Amino acid sequence: MKILVCVTSVPDTTTKISFTDNNTKLNRAGVQYITGPYDDYALSRAVELKEQHGGTVTVLNVGEADTEPVIRKCLAIGADDAIRVNADPTDAFFVAEQIAAIARENAYDLILMGRESIDYNGGQVHGIVGEMLGLPSISPVMKLDIEGSKARITREIEGGKDELEATLPLVLGCQEPIAEWKIPNMRGIMSARTKPLKVVEPAGNDTLTKVAGYELPPPRGAVRMIPAEEAETLISLLRTEAKVL
Amino acid sequence: MANNTSFESPDLYGIDDLLSPEHKVVRASMRDFVNREIIPVIEDYAQRAEFPTFMPRKFGEIGAFGPTLPADYGGGELDAISYGLMMQEIERGDSGMRSCVSVQSSLVMWPIFTYGSEEQKRHYLPKLAKGEMMGCFGLTEPNQGSDPAGMQTRFVEKRDHFVLNGSKLWITNGPIADLAVVWAKNEQGRIRGLLVERGMEGFSTPEIHHKWSLRASSTGELVFQEVRVPKENLLPGSDGLRSPLACLDQARYGIAWGAVGAAMDCYASALRYALERRQFGRPIASFQLVQKKLAEMATEITKAQLLCWRLGVLKNEGRATTAQISLAKRNNVEMALNIAREARQIHGAMGITGDYPIMRHLMNLESVITYEGTHDIHLLILGSDITGIPAFK
Repeated sequence: MKILVCVTSVPDTTTKISFTDNNTKLNRAGVQYITGPYDDYALSRAVELKEQHGGTVTVLNVGEADTEPVIRKCLAIGADDAIRVNADPTDAFFVAEQIAAIARENAYDLILMGRESIDYNGGQVHGIVGEMLGLPSISPVMKLDIEGSKARITREIEGGKDELEATLPLVLGCQEPIAEWKIPNMRGIMSARTKPLKVVEPAGNDTLTKVAGYELPPPRGAVRMIPAEEAETLISLLRTEAKVL
Repeated sequence: MANNTSFESPDLYGIDDLLSPEHKVVRASMRDFVNREIIPVIEDYAQRAEFPTFMPRKFGEIGAFGPTLPADYGGGELDAISYGLMMQEIERGDSGMRSCVSVQSSLVMWPIFTYGSEEQKRHYLPKLAKGEMMGCFGLTEPNQGSDPAGMQTRFVEKRDHFVLNGSKLWITNGPIADLAVVWAKNEQGRIRGLLVERGMEGFSTPEIHHKWSLRASSTGELVFQEVRVPKENLLPGSDGLRSPLACLDQARYGIAWGAVGAAMDCYASALRYALERRQFGRPIASFQLVQKKLAEMATEITKAQLLCWRLGVLKNEGRATTAQISLAKRNNVEMALNIAREARQIHGAMGITGDYPIMRHLMNLESVITYEGTHDIHLLILGSDITGIPAFK
C-alpha cells in the first residue's frame, strides 16, 4: 500500500500571534513551529497501517526550507521518504494543486492529511484535492481500517458518528482518535538522516485568495462572579450592562 | 487539542537559528515526551518521595539513555548539542529525572563505552540503552566528597577474582540499579573501575530517606563487604583518578544544559502567573519590581543558553575543557537556583504549593548545586586553570 501523508508546519499552540506589513502578514520572529496536530494523527495512523499491511509512507509538505525540522520529525516517526514543494503555502487552492500534482505522478492508495491546519484552519484542502483527482474525499475521519481495497471509516458528524465503507484510493482528512500520536525516538531521528527528502518547485501559481488584513480577537474582559443565590442580579446585569437580553 | 506541546522556550537572542533541523527535532520530541510522561505525574511522585519505577523503560523507548553512543551499542549517534537539549527538556520536567538519565548515560554507559572491553560493551550497553538494566556510579564516599583521591574503597586480587571492600554514599539510582560502576583502589593504590552487579554476595544498596531535594529520584548507599568480583568485571581501560573525573566532565556538561531547563520552567510559570494575578486592579506583571525580576530572569537564561550552545560546539569539536565545563555547570546551576527563588516570590503564597513546580525545582537545585563538583570546587578548578596553581592539592 502506498500512502501519502500531507503535513503542515504551523506555529506552536502557545505562540503569541502578532502581525507585520500593515496587518497582512504573520510576524514570524521568535515563533516556534510544530507539525500540524491533526496531521500528526494522520501520520501516526499511516505508520500503523504500514506496519499492518506493508507498503510505503511518503510525507509531503508545501513549505519553504525552514519547514525541514517538521519534515525530519515525520521521517523519524516512520515515514520512508519526503517531498517538499518549495513554496509559501498561503492559499488552500494553491496547496491542493501541489498535492494533486504530486499525486498524479504516483499512484497512492491513500492520501491522508489533518482535517485542517491549525494556522488558518481552512479545512478545505482535502476536499479540493479529491475534486482535482476525481477521488472521494472524507473528513473528519476518526477511525480508519483497511481490508483489501476497502476502507472502513468512522466520521464525526453533527451530534453523532457516521460509519462508511469506501473503495481505495481515497483522500481523507483525519482527527483524533484515529491513532495515538507518536513521539519520535532518538534512534528514529538518527535513521531519518539517511531517508530521502526531495525538493521540487511548485506546479502553477494559482493563488485565489488575497489577504486584506488580519486582526486579533478582542482581549478577554474581566470576569465578575455573581453568587448563585443572586440570580436576579445576574439577569439585571445581562440586561443593563451586557445588553444581551 | 491534539498535540501536547504546551511549552515554548524563551529565545530572546534567536539562538534557535544556531540549531540544526535535527537539533530542533530532538528538542521537540523530548519536549513532547516530557509533557506527556513526566509533567503530569512528577509532582505526585515528588510529594510522596517515590521514584517512578516505570520511567526507565520509557526513557529507554524514547532513546534518552546513551543517545550519543554508536547505534551498534544501542545509541542514537546524536551530537553533544542534541544531548544537551535533551537534558534541558528533561530537567524542565524535573532535576531528579534528569539525574537518573545523566547517571545512566554519562556515568555508566559512557565509562563502559570508553574504558570497557568489547565483551563488556556488547553485554551491557544495549540493555542499559533500553532501560532493561539500570546503572549507578560509585565515586563519592562517606568521608570523601570533593577529595575522591583519598577514597577508602579497595580491592585485592585473589586467584580468579577480586575482593572488594568499602562503601559509597549519595549514589543516584543506587537502590534501583542492577549494575554499579565502582571506583576503588587496587593493592598498588591505583584507582580502577569495577562493574559490580546486583546479587553479588556482600553487595547491598540501602536507600537514603527523608530528603528534601530530588525527592522523585532514588538515592542511596553502596556497601561492599568482601564482595567477590570476577576479574572480567574490571574496566580494562580505566587507570587512575583521571578516569572517573572524565566521566564527571560528561555529566557536568549535561547538568549545564539541564539547569537551563529548570530555569525556563520557573520563568515560564512566573511570567504566566504575573500576567494572570491581579492586585490593585491590574496584573502584577505591570509593576516595575515584578518586571525587573522577569527581565533579569530572561537575561540570565539567555546568557546561559549562549554558554551551553558554545560549550556544545566545543564539545562536538573535541575541544571542551574541564575548566570550561566547570564554568558552565557552576554558572547555570546558580542562575537556575536564583531564578527559582525569584519565581517563588512572584508566585506569592501560591509558590510554596505543589500546584506550581517552583518549590520542587528550588529544592532539587539545592542538590544540583552541590553534586558533580560543589559550587566552590568548580571555582577552584577554574582558579587552577587560570593561575596554574591548584588550590586543592
